[in-house]
Amino acid sequence: MRRLSLALGLALSGAALAAALVSFLWLPADPLVLSVADRLQPPSAAHWLGTDHLGRDIAAMLMAGARVSIAVALVAVGIGLGIGVPLGLIASARAGQWLDDLVMRGNDLIFAFPSLVIAILITAVFGPSATNAILAIGIFNIPVFARVARGAALPVWTLDYIRAARLAGKGRLRIAAEHVLPNIAPLLIVQATIQFSLGILAEAGLSYVGLGAQPPTPSWGRMLAEAQTMVTLAPHVALMPGLAIVLTVLGLNLLGDGLRDRLDPRRVRA
Amino acid sequence: MRAMIAFLARRLLVLMLSLVVASLVVFTAVEVVPGNPAAFMLGMNATPETVAALQQTLGLGQPAPLRYLDWVAGMLRGDFGISYTYRTPVADLVADRLAVSLPLAALALALSAALALPVGLFAAARQGRAGDAVAMGAAQFGIALPNFWLAMLLVLVFAVNLRWLPAGGFPGWSDPAAALRALILPAVALALPQAAILARVLRAALIETMAEDYIRTVRAKGRSRTGALLAHGLRNALVPVLTILGMQFSFLLAGAIIVENVFYLPGLGRLIFQAITQRDLIVVESAVMLLVVAVILVTFLTDLAYALVDPRLRRAG
Repeated sequence: MRRLSLALGLALSGAALAAALVSFLWLPADPLVLSVADRLQPPSAAHWLGTDHLGRDIAAMLMAGARVSIAVALVAVGIGLGIGVPLGLIASARAGQWLDDLVMRGNDLIFAFPSLVIAILITAVFGPSATNAILAIGIFNIPVFARVARGAALPVWTLDYIRAARLAGKGRLRIAAEHVLPNIAPLLIVQATIQFSLGILAEAGLSYVGLGAQPPTPSWGRMLAEAQTMVTLAPHVALMPGLAIVLTVLGLNLLGDGLRDRLDPRRVRA
Repeated sequence: MRAMIAFLARRLLVLMLSLVVASLVVFTAVEVVPGNPAAFMLGMNATPETVAALQQTLGLGQPAPLRYLDWVAGMLRGDFGISYTYRTPVADLVADRLAVSLPLAALALALSAALALPVGLFAAARQGRAGDAVAMGAAQFGIALPNFWLAMLLVLVFAVNLRWLPAGGFPGWSDPAAALRALILPAVALALPQAAILARVLRAALIETMAEDYIRTVRAKGRSRTGALLAHGLRNALVPVLTILGMQFSFLLAGAIIVENVFYLPGLGRLIFQAITQRDLIVVESAVMLLVVAVILVTFLTDLAYALVDPRLRRAG
């Protein structure tokens, strides 16, 4: 069961990543070339996944769209890790003091904002673009990582060798970076996988309402938005991008679950 | 009792502080960041005169701190300003839209809980067996579903092919049966992914509870595993479930934006989205603030509900 989850997760998310990487070198067709004569074709040898309402090759669009989805979600996770983890570590090093309180209340505040609304607000004020989608998604990753890092780091600070390091005169920040961080890395990796999958979903949602990557850059969410009026004529136009999102997100979640069981010794018996 | 009062006081203080900071953030994002809100609202082709006129009506001549206080004082009186594009009070607009969004969120939340409860209980009771694997596999799939895609598929199957339910639009509450029918597909689209999350949380919480000593005692006294699960496990598993339910309500209220777009439902989310594309900052500001207030209040109430379910939490900060 656990092995299956890890293997399936690796296969699915690996496939999405491979599609994105291969798309830089090779695509089954040019995803930007319109060919009205070929529009709304069902899947065939010439067009593996068929064509959309403008005759564009859906397989090629999905591969190019994978680039955008993965890049946006990945950078957003990077923002969360880069800012949230140091904040969480600092809070844990000063547990119970005002700095800790400040970080945690700041976290609560960001959690209180409906993330999608704020994402839409950011893209509305600064204009829709992939960069602003990254920012909007990334901001909400910060409190998640801060909380996970703090929670995981708190018990580590009471371990004997950390106390020994304190006695040896090492500063708290150095201990946090050199000893605490490696201890909580497995949990952070698991959380990163989960936030990665949430980022893919969020990017799809934002580009579905027109606030993600702008045309003509292919994106999964906008493919779905364009397919919406065509869904009765040619259901495959709506099915393919949706399946791409579901399989990628499913793969990342399974990977996260599998990694959690593999990396967290306390859960092995559960 | 004293502990409960101290707990309440501390939570109320945090509540007030959150509201103040949140309002500052929203005000800054909407009124300060775009530079000149009047020019932003009118777009590129506006003449300097019309910009100046709008600045006058919006009271933009005043310094930002004064405008902020005006805005907050107005909201406390129930005055949310006048929409620039609709030319009607924002409060009326929002009230109209809430008549769609609140029932939708409530329906979706009820559906989500009604689905998740039996699935989570079933999976926990069959932990490690085939039934558990199937239920949790289905939940994994449910979590991965983008709700707007699910919405499109539901329309395709139940509105276009089977013709059981309307594909979109909202007839208004004068015909409650028709209104309810219009909300069923959007509610299902919103509820399914949420139910999947809830079922997983419930299962995990139940399994954790079932490993506790007092459950072993109950079992030793002759209760069946399922009996102990229902009589003792469920209540103790409620704390994490309540957290998720509280978070889900705010998510449903706000997250409905996208699904409301699929079904052309005139809800609060769609109002915000339209206001943003029309650059109607007054509507954006107040509607977003309302949503944030709703989320903060729900979080506050969830915290109180914890304290009622689990007396131990009253003492912890």
